[in-house]
Amino acid sequence: MSSELTAWDRVQIARGKERPTSLDYIGAIFNKFMELHGDRLCRDDGAIVGGLAAIDDVSFTVIGQQKGRNLKENKKRNYGMPCPEGYRKALRLMKQAEKFNRPIICFIDTPGAYCGIEAEERGQGEAIARNLFEMSGLKVPILSIVIGEGGSGGALALGVSNEVWMLENSTYSILSPEGFASILWKDSKRANEAAEVMKITADDLKNMKIIEHVFPETEPLCVENIDMVAASIRDGIIAFVTRYKEKSKEEIVAERYKRFRNM
Amino acid sequence: MLKDMFKKTSSQSKKMLNSAQIPDGLFQKCVKCNEILYAEDVVSNYYICPNCGSYFRISPRERLSMVLDKGSFIEWNEELPISDPLNFPGYKQKLKHVKTVTNLDEAVITGEGIINGTNVAIGVMSSDFLMGSMGEVVGEKITRLIEGATEKKLPLIIFCCSGGARMQEGIVSLMQMAKTSQALKKHDGEGLLYVAVLTDPTTGGVMASFAMLGDVILAEPGALIGFAGPRVIEQTIGQKLPEGFQRAEFLLEHGFIDKIVKRSKLKQTLSILIKS
Repeated sequence: MSSELTAWDRVQIARGKERPTSLDYIGAIFNKFMELHGDRLCRDDGAIVGGLAAIDDVSFTVIGQQKGRNLKENKKRNYGMPCPEGYRKALRLMKQAEKFNRPIICFIDTPGAYCGIEAEERGQGEAIARNLFEMSGLKVPILSIVIGEGGSGGALALGVSNEVWMLENSTYSILSPEGFASILWKDSKRANEAAEVMKITADDLKNMKIIEHVFPETEPLCVENIDMVAASIRDGIIAFVTRYKEKSKEEIVAERYKRFRNM
Repeated sequence: MLKDMFKKTSSQSKKMLNSAQIPDGLFQKCVKCNEILYAEDVVSNYYICPNCGSYFRISPRERLSMVLDKGSFIEWNEELPISDPLNFPGYKQKLKHVKTVTNLDEAVITGEGIINGTNVAIGVMSSDFLMGSMGEVVGEKITRLIEGATEKKLPLIIFCCSGGARMQEGIVSLMQMAKTSQALKKHDGEGLLYVAVLTDPTTGGVMASFAMLGDVILAEPGALIGFAGPRVIEQTIGQKLPEGFQRAEFLLEHGFIDKIVKRSKLKQTLSILIKS
């Protein structure tokens, strides 16, 4: 992809309506997927999808943040902004993966955790914190791939992993550029400037050693041209699982600890 | 002169009553009830307004003196190098200025001390230092505090106070949420106690990481405790927020904290918990 693209250009691509979603990747990468629902407390959050998947005879737990393509879908998906129930469903599925010794693959794509009254009432902060805490100790290898927007704590709650990869035009940030510009410069219209300063692109993050790998996009991804990247991701997942196969549970946890300890 | 008393009050009240740098003999105005107060009355009342009962924010050193046995505090990691991962324009200069004005090295002081004869690891955050925001140094100090507590098998107490993640350090600030939380997982794995004390305000990335991970979570009365800031929520939903939303009492009602503790009872409560 042209290196003349600015950080702001990439933000627009990451947020674009045509950008493939978690379910698109899950369908293109895995042979089988059975979606599982619910947090076992009060609700099934449509902003997070998760379940059992397989590549050939290797089983996985797969979790993804899911945006909707239209207004009707977004009513269910809440524009990919999870509530506490979504993070609790994700944790339930991750604990299940640990019990059955399945690697976990997370697809990250969210503008951020939902910030409504009910989300606060039901403990949005606690749900994110709990995920960070528990993910850090899971005894199976975890891989997260930022496919669109990696919106702050809401993204990190699926990102305490052994490795984090990004697509070339994905972003991962402490806050949206608009929010950043608003807080630091009192002017949200300077968002494009903020995007440059914040270092939110995949290449920036690889240089800062926040992520391990960037998948190139020869043109902005959409459902029609997803196959090549999906094949690359699939190969990457197989190589990841092979790398981690020989490691003990203690090594898997220790390496993940060291990764974040160095940040 | 009467005129001079009110002049001092109007220009300095807000800053002074949000920190513990209250000079002797001055009158102060409470920003909550607007009452003119004699400074010594505020100080001797645990920095609580004698008129309306509002809790003022206090400095880490004041907090440590209220909670620990006298002279028992040993500070850890007093001065870590400045972190500026984005080379953010003006950030280094801002840090230098804030360090001078607050006489703090960063937004948290960490170390060990004794409470009624029991050793503890303790950290206290400060809203005076860039609103208690968490960047790499705060994250590192807190992580070393937790790791030190794990190694020395100490119970851990962290007084949380923060406007959230430090924007100027970008994604590195975000990662501190994971770094601190994973350290707590290890501390927990050793069967050690962690008490989080949430003070006003405890929000954003701090709330969504170590603040909400205590085995026991205490809060001061009226403290603002929330993930998203109130203004952001109002803008998102397009309505005004209900009365008391995101206050300690609200969190107690919704099942997210164990107890609201008056400042005068905090040392006693912590003492009971660490000896249990």
